[in-house]
Amino acid sequence: MRLLGTKTFRHGVHPPESKDETSGLPIRQFPFAPVLIIPLVQHMGAPSIPVVAEGEEVSRGQRIARADGFMSVSMHASASGIVRRIALAPSISGRMVPAVYLEPFPGSTQEVEDGTPCPLETSTSDEIIAAIQEAGVVGLGGAAFPTHVKLQVPEGKFVDTLIINGVECEPYLTTDHRVMLEQSDDVFMGIRYLLKVSGAKKVIIAVEANKPDAAEHLRRNFPGDLNGSVEVLQVKYPQGAEKMLFAALLGREVPSGGLPLDIHALCCNVATTAEIGRLLPLGRGIQERVITVTGPAVKRKGNYRIPIGTPLRFLLEHVGVAEDVNRVFLGGPMMGAAASSLEISITKGTSGVTAFTDSAAERTHSPVYPCIRCGYCVDACPIFLDPSLLGRLAANEEFSVMAERHNLMDCFECGSCSFVCPSHIPLVQRFRAAKTALRKASAPKAGAA
Amino acid sequence: MTTPGKTLEIRTSPHILSGYSVDTIMFNVVLALLPATAFAVFAFGLAGLLTLSMALASCVLTEHLICRATGKPSTIGDWSVTITGLLYGLTLPPGLPLWMVAVGGLICVAMGKALFGGLGYNTFNPALVGRAVLQAAFPVAMTTWIPGFVADRFSSLPASTLTLPFTEPAVDAITSATPLALWKFSREATPAFELSMGFVSGSAGETSSVLILLGGIYLIARNMMNWRIPASIFATVAVFSGALHLADPGRYASPVFMLFSGGLMLGAMFMASDMVGSPMTSRGCYLYGALIGLVTVLIRTWGGLPEGVMYAILLGNAVTPHLDRWTRHKVYGTRGKETAS
Repeated sequence: MRLLGTKTFRHGVHPPESKDETSGLPIRQFPFAPVLIIPLVQHMGAPSIPVVAEGEEVSRGQRIARADGFMSVSMHASASGIVRRIALAPSISGRMVPAVYLEPFPGSTQEVEDGTPCPLETSTSDEIIAAIQEAGVVGLGGAAFPTHVKLQVPEGKFVDTLIINGVECEPYLTTDHRVMLEQSDDVFMGIRYLLKVSGAKKVIIAVEANKPDAAEHLRRNFPGDLNGSVEVLQVKYPQGAEKMLFAALLGREVPSGGLPLDIHALCCNVATTAEIGRLLPLGRGIQERVITVTGPAVKRKGNYRIPIGTPLRFLLEHVGVAEDVNRVFLGGPMMGAAASSLEISITKGTSGVTAFTDSAAERTHSPVYPCIRCGYCVDACPIFLDPSLLGRLAANEEFSVMAERHNLMDCFECGSCSFVCPSHIPLVQRFRAAKTALRKASAPKAGAA
Repeated sequence: MTTPGKTLEIRTSPHILSGYSVDTIMFNVVLALLPATAFAVFAFGLAGLLTLSMALASCVLTEHLICRATGKPSTIGDWSVTITGLLYGLTLPPGLPLWMVAVGGLICVAMGKALFGGLGYNTFNPALVGRAVLQAAFPVAMTTWIPGFVADRFSSLPASTLTLPFTEPAVDAITSATPLALWKFSREATPAFELSMGFVSGSAGETSSVLILLGGIYLIARNMMNWRIPASIFATVAVFSGALHLADPGRYASPVFMLFSGGLMLGAMFMASDMVGSPMTSRGCYLYGALIGLVTVLIRTWGGLPEGVMYAILLGNAVTPHLDRWTRHKVYGTRGKETAS
């Protein structure tokens, strides 16, 4: 069954959804790796500061790092065990980052340690924001932006609508789908917290039409005390980008260079919302998350609750991978980042682990042709850029023209242009490079970080 | 336990592609042209076959040799030059001396395509560039039409076909007038059924509107052609010529006649909609189609020539970059803001 979703944004693409193999599988607990590598940079912003020492014993859920300023969050132990060392570890960005190497006790019952609860009724907005930061909550959809930062509504601004993003337009991934089915009470509790903090008058839960069971389940259980609705959206990529959701649901556009607050809206991923609803009443922090492990190279695909810091090697050995595995990415195939090493570990921003075989990757090796001006990219770009023109400018390294006259900086790198290009021109890849070059050029000369 | 032992490949996203490729699109255009091509051979026999073969061969060979001469790998495998060759052949009068066909093919690819930088850079439709040069150079030969469906068409050739280079072609005793010429010079309208099915005289592949439409619909269904372009051309031609026809039916041909005669169907479906020379925005495509439709009717009605589709499309190609610029989308979130263009 498929619901008829009518609301959507203009343009976009239709990659194969590839969700059938995991969408029906309930979330299962994943075992602990012999060593968990918990990076201290799992979010956008300043690295967290460790509050444990090498050799120290920690219990599961205990805070092991504190936020370094407002643009940072706390971290918690994913297992009861011993901190072996605090050292550099490879990260998905390609850089080495400081991390806590935690060795779980083999015989431990792995009970989670509760902290100070933050009850919904008696807590103030500021207390809830502090509790969200303390719980280490970041955007679990993939961006890993600290959630409490975006909940801070400055003086003079207001939010009228809260959108809960259960779209999950990225192919292969089914984590949000399962969370909506299995943790709807947590989602509704999280919404209550978010409404209280943001001051929004109503909530819209956005679900794509390919998850009719989730939409139905949320509608049936929608609490009477909440003012809002569940909206079913057309299946289209990148429907789950918040800019697209505002356009589809509210008919509003975030001004170029502005924030959702400028249009009185706030968007929060559904899994993030569920974590807020689950953790805050108990005073716990994020020490595991739901991840879809999938792709043609994975033998036992599924939706797993995986401890933060689980290295990819352990994860893939546990689920089994095909001999001819060729690429592993964190996230889905449209926006996921390719892993350069299997020592990279799962972080809060990892919504999926997708592994491709040689044959599945074959199609991306096609030859590059000149642009034939087919216009597919122009019809695909959800923010109405002219990727064909930008691609030509990028090839000539006219980066500042791209930014100043053709809105390069508005590109949020969804990759729709590269996906549809029949000439296989690496459009979004060139735009990324152009943006990086521009940022480097404009950044003040500082010492190497 | 199996651990991936091999090196992982690192690329940036997206990691999947739609599966559309330039060569698959071009190959499908060739497929879509096959019914009209087969009909051309059926209607004009050996003369049609030889004209089309020579057109195709000269275009493909020119592209191959240019690639070789410039030290680049041959690009004939992307099928784009096959389309040029077929389209060019389909727009020629069957019975055109073969040496002229070969010269035109060379001009199509060398001047219309390679000179501009090859696939993707050709401002004008290469097939029409070649045809336009022939039209200027050999006006008589380019407007001498042999009748279709003659009994011995598969066993004999019109005398003109094998004319030696640089000699005056022998004009056959039996020539025929196209429906457009009949209308222009003697106000004689061809019945709609004969027109649309192709039982008329004309360029090799322009006669059967039904088969051309069929090919076009196939491409539209596969999202390999922008339907807005032919739709806009047809709508403009129908409305403009319809208004004229209502005003004076004796002087101005009916919209049905306008739509199904001459090169309009082939031009609108396969040449105006060529991706390289047409706008990329939807609004640009509507305007582009409207311009082509308008100019076609203007030339046919008041121009010195019976047919004007070719010039209309070339003019459309010329304004395409401007149409793209004028109709560029307003970027998300910039409404009400000043953006430089």
